[in-house]
Amino acid sequence: MRVKVLSRNPDDYVRETKLDLQRERVFAKPFLSSLDGHRDGVNCMAKHPKSLSTVLSGACDGEVKIWNLTKRQCIRTIQAHEGFVRGMCARFCGTSFFTVGDDKTVKQWKMESPEYGEEEEPIHTILGKTVYTGIDHHWKEPVFATCGHQVDIWDEQRTSPKCSLTWGFDSISSVKFNPIETYLLGSCASDRNIVLYDMRKSTPLKKVILNMRTNTLCWNPMEAFIFTAANEDYNLYTFDMRFLESPVMVHMDHVSAVLDVDYSPTGKEFVSASFDKSIRIFPVDKGHSREVYHTKRMQHVITVKWTSDNKYILCGSDEMNIRLWKANASEKLGVLAPREKAAMNYNQKLKEKFQFHPQIRRIARHRHLPKSIYWQIKEQRIMREARRRKEMNRRKHSKPGSVPFVPERKKHIVAVVK
Amino acid sequence: MAEPEQEQEPAAAAGSGSDSEDGEDGERRHRQLLEAISALSGRKRRKLAERSEASGQVSEFNVSCKGAGEKLVLSELLQPIHPKSTLGSVRKELARVKQKAALELPLSKEEAKRVVREAAYVTSSKDVGKWQQVVLQNRRAEQLVFPLRQDIATVTPLERVTSAWKARTPLEQEIFGLLHKTQQPITDPLLTPEEMASVQAMSLEEARRRRAELQKARAVQSYYEAKARRAKRIKSKKYHRVLKKSRRRQALKEFEQLHKSDPAAALERLEELEQLRMQARKALQEQLARNKELMQKVQVEPPKEELCEVPEEDTTALPMPSGANPWMLGKPSGLAPEPEAQESPRDDTVPGAVENKDEMEEEEEELSEEEALLQDFEQKRRQRTGNSEGHSKDLGEELEAQSWLSLLSALWSDYFYPQRVGADETETGAEQPRDSPVPPDCAKELGDSPVPADCAEELGDIPVPPVCAEELGDSPVPPDCAKELVSAGLEPPPQAQEQLLLSEQLHRVQTMEDMESLAKEELVEEQEKLVALRPGKRARQQEKARTGDRHTKKVAAKRKMISLEAVLDGKSQEMDYSSLPVVLEEEEGGIEQRGMITEAFAGDDVVADFRREKRKAEEAVKPQPVNLVLPGWGEWGGTGLKPSARKVKRFLIKPPPAPPRKDQHLPHVIMSEKRNIHAAAHQVSELPFPFERHQQFEQSIRMPVGATWNTQRAFQKLTAPRVITRTGHIIQPISAEDVPDTAPGSGARLGGEGMPERKAVPGKKAVPRGKAMPGGKAVPGKKAVPGGKAVPGGKAVPSRRAVPGQKAQPRQRRAR
Repeated sequence: MRVKVLSRNPDDYVRETKLDLQRERVFAKPFLSSLDGHRDGVNCMAKHPKSLSTVLSGACDGEVKIWNLTKRQCIRTIQAHEGFVRGMCARFCGTSFFTVGDDKTVKQWKMESPEYGEEEEPIHTILGKTVYTGIDHHWKEPVFATCGHQVDIWDEQRTSPKCSLTWGFDSISSVKFNPIETYLLGSCASDRNIVLYDMRKSTPLKKVILNMRTNTLCWNPMEAFIFTAANEDYNLYTFDMRFLESPVMVHMDHVSAVLDVDYSPTGKEFVSASFDKSIRIFPVDKGHSREVYHTKRMQHVITVKWTSDNKYILCGSDEMNIRLWKANASEKLGVLAPREKAAMNYNQKLKEKFQFHPQIRRIARHRHLPKSIYWQIKEQRIMREARRRKEMNRRKHSKPGSVPFVPERKKHIVAVVK
Repeated sequence: MAEPEQEQEPAAAAGSGSDSEDGEDGERRHRQLLEAISALSGRKRRKLAERSEASGQVSEFNVSCKGAGEKLVLSELLQPIHPKSTLGSVRKELARVKQKAALELPLSKEEAKRVVREAAYVTSSKDVGKWQQVVLQNRRAEQLVFPLRQDIATVTPLERVTSAWKARTPLEQEIFGLLHKTQQPITDPLLTPEEMASVQAMSLEEARRRRAELQKARAVQSYYEAKARRAKRIKSKKYHRVLKKSRRRQALKEFEQLHKSDPAAALERLEELEQLRMQARKALQEQLARNKELMQKVQVEPPKEELCEVPEEDTTALPMPSGANPWMLGKPSGLAPEPEAQESPRDDTVPGAVENKDEMEEEEEELSEEEALLQDFEQKRRQRTGNSEGHSKDLGEELEAQSWLSLLSALWSDYFYPQRVGADETETGAEQPRDSPVPPDCAKELGDSPVPADCAEELGDIPVPPVCAEELGDSPVPPDCAKELVSAGLEPPPQAQEQLLLSEQLHRVQTMEDMESLAKEELVEEQEKLVALRPGKRARQQEKARTGDRHTKKVAAKRKMISLEAVLDGKSQEMDYSSLPVVLEEEEGGIEQRGMITEAFAGDDVVADFRREKRKAEEAVKPQPVNLVLPGWGEWGGTGLKPSARKVKRFLIKPPPAPPRKDQHLPHVIMSEKRNIHAAAHQVSELPFPFERHQQFEQSIRMPVGATWNTQRAFQKLTAPRVITRTGHIIQPISAEDVPDTAPGSGARLGGEGMPERKAVPGKKAVPRGKAMPGGKAVPGKKAVPGGKAVPGGKAVPSRRAVPGQKAQPRQRRAR
């Protein structure tokens, strides 16, 4: 008879060691799949507000595609515009979506594919006078906002804007509704400023001028007054709406212009897409990223989205692909057994506990980077060091107090206009 | 037209006129001339402005600056030239106008917008600010569960879905048509009309009855099957004979009945039976012939089997005498073999010796015990056989005895037993109790118990039992044996183990402070160890132990001697040392105090102490031999276990000699080499951020998290993740409904003024807030108060407080 015995082989039966951490790094395979099908660079994306598996994307050739993430295939293609699809957003109920394009039109489309025998046509088309560069829908009411030469707020039923919000003349690149206090809007313009608006009073509120242009901004979905701006100067700035004099946090790690930013639905982290062909995940309260994703084939990342179940990240890039990543690189997908879950939590806790130990930190921090980014980071570091040294020397050789210490947070703010 | 003239004129005047008076005259004349010319022209010409003098104030309204220096007062102008005038009313009005303040200019468009913006900004930032408290709480929370609102998944009814959907493509329409034909139901019953009809055909009662019937039938079938299986297993010839007989009788009865009712059929039947009988007989004959052949073959084999059996017995018997087997010792059931061994001869040796009748009965008895289901059959048998009555009494006694034994044996199955012991010979059965480590009381019990007597009675015909009885009778003897065994088996091992585990070097080294040669000592110790560990007979071992004692005594004596020496050494040094301070005193003279101190501590031998210390340090650092001996590994286990010398030699790993110490040649220095440079790479070099002192950090690291050191609950609490999300659930942005009302009194958690007021009021209110926090940590709660103040949100406080009416605003908004 064969006797089965519990294995107590110490090789199989070891306590938690740094191996667990290494294992985590070894199993850190964040890339899930790439959705290909676009025939030009992906310029914008939108999440479906009610369905996790649906995502919309607009390309530079005016094509809009609707994807099913579970099947990882395109379920619908629309030639929506001539020229770029500049922006798109889904209606809060998930029945329709809006697109704006280079052809000066705003179009509303049904989310469902047309029935048999029906033609693929927008529900509404609004012809505008100028090019619209971005669009966002209100979170609760049938109102949407577009931006171009000014910020227009539209009622869905009308063909002319309810009101236009202007503050000087410049081209506004993006506009976003606050998800919590839904009457608030934020926009960023090409003359390097970020402007906040109040829809109730149809007036702008305040303007911050930064050193360089802000490309996009995104509101924190859990903290009403916090928003993050993706800037051309490689940094991201998290602002408190009430105190615009200096950002709450400067997030620096990218080595090229940051093109897009999106918050995780928990409001604890956000993801940023950059021209340096990588995306990074930043904790809201940390100045540096906790994760960087890149692949050999991924080019300049233009748009990025964090799915609303806090699990995945989608990024659309120049080379016509949409990529699906795990938000947590080493996470095991699928249903976890309770013991597995407990073990995972325990490991997490241990990592947190011993995070300050140099070897643990070394493993946890280690990331592989493509050569170009790696060297650019080094270069940036050298440049920053040189600047710092120069300032130090200047301070040393001038009258005390004449060269003030300017904190990093204030350095990048030019002015706040009331 | 006029200007060039004007310009020319002064030039001409400047050029020609040398005398000023002439110039003035000329000028007047010139003017007159001009006037005349202008009058000549028919059209009336507008009189052009003329400026004669350069002046600082130039008016475009042709006001000449004659009285440039003077101040013109409005009242002067208005005063009538003549004392009486009609301008009185005007004057009054003017006075009135003068009293009124002038209206300010309207703000420029830019400014106006700016003001509006500022106001809007203030109000909206105030509106947003009401989230401050929630945000802070969420940031501080130990655990956050998303989505915030557990929305119940609504299932849309099937009808609505189907009604909304329409078949459009031809294929769909076709399928739909088919479905409609069969009247496939969409709504609740989920049964087609036909199915419904079939269901209605049978009532509930009927269905139940039918089900019950089916169940019964199934149960009966299973009983029958079980019974048949049981009957099939019975090997008893008698049983089968009886069975056959009963069957025959049954058949006879039937036949008789048939004979009475239908003689012709009976005749036919008889013939048939005859035929069958003949066939059966022939088959039997063949079978017998075949059996004969087989039997001849078989007869050769038995001796082999016997031969085989003998070693088996030995092997089975062997482990028993050792008795040290923990498996045997530990279980109370371990005792059982002996009593049953005595019992077994009764059960199994009998079949060998006694006539088959008894055997049959016994077997039947066994069966009756085991298979209660055939008891009725037994009863029948008893009724039939009269002589069995006498036996039945014995059997009853036996039964009693057996039950008593079975109590003792506790759980040893009856099946297993006879088989096993049946293999054993009676001799081994008798031997067993002697060798086995039976606790004396148990043995006594056996002796006292009625069973042996019964056994003796029963086993009267058997040659062996008397011995067995004897053995059992003088069961007090075995205890002695057992004692011996115990003394041999149990006591020594601890000694041996102690000697092994002690790694005496340590002790010796520690106790003997002043030893000249450590190497010698080590040698002695090793010898000792070897001696102690050498396996041998008990007596020898004891002797060895004694010698070991002697050794230790010797060593102790040695130690004493050495210690004496040491003391002597110390004294000599002391003497040397004590002389020093005197010299010092003499030299320094003035420093009496120091002298006094040295005198006071003259008795303390500092140098010797230091030496001792150094030696200790040296010993502590010295590499120790590693003992990897596993007692019981690869040899018979048990209480009297001592690993062989060979093994000890093999598995006692001596470390390589330590490298020479750095302070080898420095008698007055101890250089610690404990500090491990390699460990430094794994240690935290800086105090990480949230900690203020290294003790805090160390404490946090020291606190274990794992389930091994914590209760399950604590473990779960400790390892609870910071953020919990549910897979496949959309996390919506926070909204006013998501914010739980922590304070029961205040209806709205998000009260715009709630946060700043709390902030403003220090102390009292802050404490319950800290308590209410999910984390329950006292520290962050307390910290939060000043932290909250430090947050620039505090700036807004006064203004918010100043406007109490705004409290209502957020609520209204939420109501919307």
